[in-house]
Amino acid sequence: MFAYILRRLWQMLPTMAGVVVLVFVLFNWVGGDPAYLLAGKMADAAAIENVRRQLGLDQPWFVQLWIFVKQILTADFGNAWSTGEPVSHIIASRLGPSLTVLVPLTLLETALGIALALAIAFVRGSLTDRAVMVACTVGMSISILVYIIGFQYVFAYRLGLFPVQGWGDSLGENLLRYALLPIIIGLAVSIAPTLRLYRSFVLDEAGQDYVRTARAKGLKERRIVWVHVLRNAAIPIITHVTANLPALLIGAFLLERFFGIPGIGREVILAVERSDFPVIKAITVYVAAATMVFNLLADLLYRAVDPRVQFT
Amino acid sequence: MTQLHLHSPGLWALAWRRLRADRVALAALAVVAGFLLLVLLSGAGLIAGDWEDEVAVNYAPPTFIGADATARALAQAQLPRATPPNAFDPLAAELAALKAQVAARQPPVEKRTTLLFGADKWGHDIVKKTIKGGETSIVVGLVAALLAVTLGTVFGAVSGFYGGWVDDLFNWFYSIFTAIPSILMILTVAAVLQQKGVATIVLILGLTGWTGPYRLMRAEYIRHGAREYVLAAKAIGASGWQRMFGHILPNVAHVALVQMSILVVGFIKAEVILSFLGFGVPVGTVSWGSMLNEAQNELILGKWWQLAAAASAMALLVTSFSLFADALRDALDPKIK
Repeated sequence: MFAYILRRLWQMLPTMAGVVVLVFVLFNWVGGDPAYLLAGKMADAAAIENVRRQLGLDQPWFVQLWIFVKQILTADFGNAWSTGEPVSHIIASRLGPSLTVLVPLTLLETALGIALALAIAFVRGSLTDRAVMVACTVGMSISILVYIIGFQYVFAYRLGLFPVQGWGDSLGENLLRYALLPIIIGLAVSIAPTLRLYRSFVLDEAGQDYVRTARAKGLKERRIVWVHVLRNAAIPIITHVTANLPALLIGAFLLERFFGIPGIGREVILAVERSDFPVIKAITVYVAAATMVFNLLADLLYRAVDPRVQFT
Repeated sequence: MTQLHLHSPGLWALAWRRLRADRVALAALAVVAGFLLLVLLSGAGLIAGDWEDEVAVNYAPPTFIGADATARALAQAQLPRATPPNAFDPLAAELAALKAQVAARQPPVEKRTTLLFGADKWGHDIVKKTIKGGETSIVVGLVAALLAVTLGTVFGAVSGFYGGWVDDLFNWFYSIFTAIPSILMILTVAAVLQQKGVATIVLILGLTGWTGPYRLMRAEYIRHGAREYVLAAKAIGASGWQRMFGHILPNVAHVALVQMSILVVGFIKAEVILSFLGFGVPVGTVSWGSMLNEAQNELILGKWWQLAAAASAMALLVTSFSLFADALRDALDPKIK
């Protein structure tokens, strides 16, 4: 197993190198010269030249690429252009608030999705099943913006059940007070696509021979669903959850923006608004690395769920 | 015997027959066609061309609610009033002449206190604005999806057909693009391009969205590349390019079509979010996203109609489009349930 992990990490290298080159090309050739941006409005040629030298832009491209690679390897991306805060500190301090929303959201979404999907899949074709599927399709087509604007207006602004915005210092206060409404909205948005997907996973299993065998030997329907089918449907579910986690880190940016949560997603939006390239570069590289690590994690989890899976 | 087989229906005829039997799909298709018709008409300038006219008072409520006291007061206030002449104004004579000139050219119109579905901050008709915004959002979705599917098809064709190092190269690209979550990719490209515009959004969405179609088309080309009809084409001297796009493409085009209908839905949603954040359409262009952006502040004032109009138009289109895409997939690929 150790050898397997090592080999997988080794295989990630070309992809990671590709991500680094892609980000480098995007920011160095597609984007404009950041020196004009940084030197301010009334810059003379000397000031621009000065900024270019500080950024290493006067060097040949391979030296610049090497500077970028060194930044990644030492996890030191310098300071953010707009605020002067070290990029590593930005990422470290924004990760906590993001996870405060995302961990409960992912756990609840997965648990609720699995429970509903198992319940729905076993009344397939019935009126309930079709009604739920239509509701899911309609729910998926309403923009997440409408959910956020509507929920924030009704529950926070009108009824005053939750704070409209804000973020505190202690985990308990954040979790129980500020993160509650964002989590509820996140659930409302994500449950429809999740349920549709998990239902199809469960349906793939429900017609298998082992389900018929389990019924034939007299097992209770409840045990068939929750033990036999769930364990087999777990593999695609694990793939879905782990593949979505890094994307969710960014994907929750709308929630973070509307509710003033100082998370990674909001930081990306701010960085794009301010053309703060070091922050975007760092987050892109880290999230890409996280995506690949989580893919590996998913493969390791398969083994835990299904002993038939062999690492080759 | 051969006569019977000569007229056996093809893939598209069979698919259309299956689609016609599905009432939900037909209703969805009718709604989508209705939206496309509106886009064509407004694109040609036949309807909603005058959406920027300030025909009503600010925030005029919908007709079915009726004008409220503030709207009436506003309408009164906005009627042209004679300002008392200022004896010390050195430009009084010139100003009076200018005002007379303006009045002669465009007589003051009384602004309406209600509209069919209300008015926005500037008194624009919400119905016309929604149609115009829909034009932007739908055109962006369609063109970006076309670009993404074209890229995915060409890459997938070359990759699956030739195999070898070409395949490795494109697979490497694919793994790079899928390692970065799509929304982060979109925001990164938006940060780099730094210019707003409809063409920019189309490029961003199209250049980042090709991975899904690529994976499916590559698999199709690998399957078809070894089939006898392709080998026969090679035997009569068809070039690789001809075999890829002349012989194989018509047989796998349905996969691309289904992918495109799925992507359109995703891209319309993405455009709305981008425009909402201000990375999308430029100022002066209306889209459903920019309408939602305005509506966010209006809601706190209790003016819900712009939000309702943009949100329900989008929900209706996206619901019908996804239902249609599902039905299309089922009709074209009966093996998958």
